[in-house]
Amino acid sequence: MKRLVLALLLLASPVHAVQPDEILADPVLEARARDISREIRCPVCQGESIDDSNAPISRDLRIIIRERLVAGDTDREVVDYVVDRYGEFVLFNPRPEGSTLILWFAGPALFLAAIAVAVAAQRRRAPPEVKLTEAEEARLREILKE
Amino acid sequence: MIIELGHFALILALMVAVVQSTLPLWGAHRGDARLMALAEPAALVQLVLVAASFGVLTWAFVASDFSLAVVVSNSHTAKPLLYKISGVWGNHEGSLLLWVLILALYGAAVAAFGGNLPTRLRARVLAVQGMIGVAFLLFLLLTSNPFWRLLAPPLDGQDLNPLLQDPGLAFHPPFLYLGYVGLSMAYSFAVAALIEGRVDAAWGRWVRPWTLAAWIFLTIGIALGSWWAYYELGWGGFWFWDPVENASFMPWLLAIALLHSAIVVEKRESLKAWTVLLAIMAFGFSLIGTFIVRSGVITSVHAFANDPERGVFILLILGVFTGGALILFALRAGAMEAKGLFAMVSRESALVANNVLLAVSAFVVFIGTIWPLIAELLLDRTLSVGEPFFNAAFTPFVVALALILPPGAMLAWKRGTLARSFKALVPALILSLSLGALGFAIQTGQTALGPIGLALGAWVVFGALTDIWARTGREGIGARGSRLLRLPRADWGKATSHAGLGITIFAVSALTAWKIEDIRVVQIGETFPLGGYEVRLDAVDEVEGPNYQSTMAQMTVTRDGALVTVLSPEKRFYPVAAMPTTEAAIDYGFLRDIYLVLGDRQQSGGWAVRSYIEPFANWLWGGCLLMAFGGFLSLSDRRYRVAAGARKVPAGVPAE
Repeated sequence: MKRLVLALLLLASPVHAVQPDEILADPVLEARARDISREIRCPVCQGESIDDSNAPISRDLRIIIRERLVAGDTDREVVDYVVDRYGEFVLFNPRPEGSTLILWFAGPALFLAAIAVAVAAQRRRAPPEVKLTEAEEARLREILKE
Repeated sequence: MIIELGHFALILALMVAVVQSTLPLWGAHRGDARLMALAEPAALVQLVLVAASFGVLTWAFVASDFSLAVVVSNSHTAKPLLYKISGVWGNHEGSLLLWVLILALYGAAVAAFGGNLPTRLRARVLAVQGMIGVAFLLFLLLTSNPFWRLLAPPLDGQDLNPLLQDPGLAFHPPFLYLGYVGLSMAYSFAVAALIEGRVDAAWGRWVRPWTLAAWIFLTIGIALGSWWAYYELGWGGFWFWDPVENASFMPWLLAIALLHSAIVVEKRESLKAWTVLLAIMAFGFSLIGTFIVRSGVITSVHAFANDPERGVFILLILGVFTGGALILFALRAGAMEAKGLFAMVSRESALVANNVLLAVSAFVVFIGTIWPLIAELLLDRTLSVGEPFFNAAFTPFVVALALILPPGAMLAWKRGTLARSFKALVPALILSLSLGALGFAIQTGQTALGPIGLALGAWVVFGALTDIWARTGREGIGARGSRLLRLPRADWGKATSHAGLGITIFAVSALTAWKIEDIRVVQIGETFPLGGYEVRLDAVDEVEGPNYQSTMAQMTVTRDGALVTVLSPEKRFYPVAAMPTTEAAIDYGFLRDIYLVLGDRQQSGGWAVRSYIEPFANWLWGGCLLMAFGGFLSLSDRRYRVAAGARKVPAGVPAE
């Protein structure tokens, strides 16, 4: 029984997010790697970035990203490399291209529309700025009579 | 036998809910006092029946009755008592029973404390509550019956998901549901008002305390969930923009908008149609939240119960209740003419701006949450929307909200002058800008997020203080001080909640900007530096827990040789659920948390250890609690107890 538990323990033991042996010696490259991997979704988990994820595939991806960075790729090239292999799905930050533009602009567009509606409604509701003078009142009554 | 009694009670509750949702409504239409009077006893009886049913299910969990399917899949004899009880709502069926219980609780509260409401309105409100009850009781009995028996009961259960066996999460769902379901009150009041075709200052005054109560619970529920994620998931994050978190966040944002627009209805009889619409939307988003969580349509960390059939049923409920209310709104909104007029620069306008920003930010969260679904169904693209999007798309609106809050909160009703409120705020402005500059000077070469967040948070906090101080008049310090203590509690509530928001804004930016992280392999007996502290790994032992095995480290934290604390981060393994969890060890402090996580044993010897300094983490939970406490202060204001029944004379005098 004890051996079974131990076997299970080893099997199920999580490989934790970012392992000490993955970390690059160059702190600048490592910081770039961390920034990139925070925006890449673990392909098999539920809504975790590869930076947080314990899945083996995330570890592989973290290592690949560091290899590409060491090889001299730019951030964009590294991300393209991953997207080419795993698809758009792994991007937590969908690129503002094509139909995704709707996603990015929906909020600001609604904001402008709401401001326009609020200002228009306000214009309608605004109290009159000045009172009519006696002469104007009289003129108004005349017009209304016609 | 007891189980069957619980089951029967639930069916009976459905019958009572059918009566509650029909006869009083008919009575209100016909002016029949006897039919209207049915609403109150029906609401009370419904509470008694649902509570009995809930009590039976709790008993089944505590007594480990494994003839019930729900108990088998979510409990175990070796589980601690607290988690046997919280296991009742740690699953789909039980959590829905809790939902219905809280719904009945709110209905009964209106029946018991709504004595000052006009008979007709009260009958209609209770009838609408009854309709929601019918829908959810049907859902419970038809698709998610917790009293389903097994023909051959097993000897023991399959245990609750170990991540959920935690004190923070034991109380997270009840608070969240008290909030979600509390918004049904605002909805029922809105629909009742639409049926009557009248919204006035008194309506605004009645609907506000219920919304406020719901919002307080929602705030506490969200904060508990965030705190749980912080200490349990093991990487010190507090918010992940996970679909299920968003599901609770959207109603929260709309509830704030509703609270503020209801003030305008109450004080100035303006923005009536918009307030009614907000009330419908706030509960609509609660239903959307229930749909997202319960259907699992957008998979996430939290979707521990998902089933497409149930999803369709909830979608139906969502469609009927929001669709029906919106149609009613379209027919009746014209009848709600605004009485109070206001100028472009006025408190009303500031509250409109608050509402626009809150509603748009809720919409941004909404579209980000459902975009993957839209993209997959309509555009045939599988994509993800996560933290980077939300941070970029949501934050600007919060920043704008925080910027306009202090001057807006001080503007006069009807017609104000910006110059006057800015003049009062000059000290607050100088103070917050200097704090920001100080923050910038102390940190060197780091992101500007920290100082900006500090200045913005301070602006909101000092703005709130300026606001309440300005309410004490213009006399000497002594007179103003004594008047400060005699200000209505609603004023204190306003200042407290606004200050809480400022502190929360500051804490979020501080945590994001100034967090220190360290990942390394540590040998036993080795010491490593961590942001001004020294941490030593003393030992790693195997420890036996009540229903788990633990690998527990002992780590000593010192500062300049003086002992700070001894922490024991753990890795646990739950054999029944065959699931490992990480238990971070945290030293909570006023200015920082020390957060240690034990990783795996390395082949080269030693252990992987991840350590964090989380600056001002307690300020985040403190800020949320302060917001909730402000709501509580406001709720305890005298005018809700004394004058709630008196109809205000219409205040619709145009400005001269």
